[in-house]
Amino acid sequence: MRIPIIALRVLDQDRALQFYTETLGFTVTEDMDFGGHMRWITVSPPGAPEQEVLLERIGPPIVDQETADQIDALIAKGVGGTLFLEVDDCRKTFDDLVAKGVEVIQEPMERFYGIDAAFRDDSGNHVRMTQRVETGIAAPPSAVNG
Amino acid sequence: MTAREAAHLRRAKDLVDRSYAQPLDVEALARRAHCSPWHFSRRFKEAFGETPHQYVLSRRVERAQELLRNTGLSVTEVCLEVGFQSLGSFSAAFHRVAGMTPTAYRSTMAGFPPHIPGCWAAQWTRPSTSARMEKRDGAGRG
Repeated sequence: MRIPIIALRVLDQDRALQFYTETLGFTVTEDMDFGGHMRWITVSPPGAPEQEVLLERIGPPIVDQETADQIDALIAKGVGGTLFLEVDDCRKTFDDLVAKGVEVIQEPMERFYGIDAAFRDDSGNHVRMTQRVETGIAAPPSAVNG
Repeated sequence: MTAREAAHLRRAKDLVDRSYAQPLDVEALARRAHCSPWHFSRRFKEAFGETPHQYVLSRRVERAQELLRNTGLSVTEVCLEVGFQSLGSFSAAFHRVAGMTPTAYRSTMAGFPPHIPGCWAAQWTRPSTSARMEKRDGAGRG
């Protein structure tokens, strides 16, 4: 079993597409506009076309406009979703993204599993990136895996 | 609440998560959210369930808890690391939020949580501001 596509709800598909391609360097895997809110856009991280993120916009007729507005407010509050990325060099990638103006949540920090940092996408979704590297920080005593 | 207003409030909340160790007051956070301090405090609580002041305190205590659990820093070092100016204010805030002293917390919770990303733990282990704290702070305080 695999997970070829995950859906990430966004506030504006054009802006999301711009963010994921121009800021993060993802490539467009598919972009099909069926009119209204029905536009299928998937993007993939560099070098991994088999991993797709669906940039999904929720609105009528899936839900009524009032519900769509509530969902939008939740996304904007930052509780819409989280995307976990793995990178080769967390600090360098972070610096590059800051130069591009991303909203930072957490600067790179060393953890027992590597170095990670966090930022927001253009909609407010939480994006974390981790560099798997030996930091010398001991895992908690109760660690059971990983 | 519109998505636009929610985004402004989220940016102020993110500022706390990012700069919890720096001096943070309601005026500065309100500026980040593009609204007046009074309006900001009221809307922040409506959006996130607690006042900005409570959020700052609970975030600092959460960060302190991680350091107490996972490092050998002294209580005083932890206090300064997370943005408190004195051991007295740190201990009082910690007890109000966590219900025990920092030393008692360290001995009770060493090694918690298990092997999960620290970012995830930071979101889920931030202490809820208790009814006692709410009562002491006063409903309108930001």
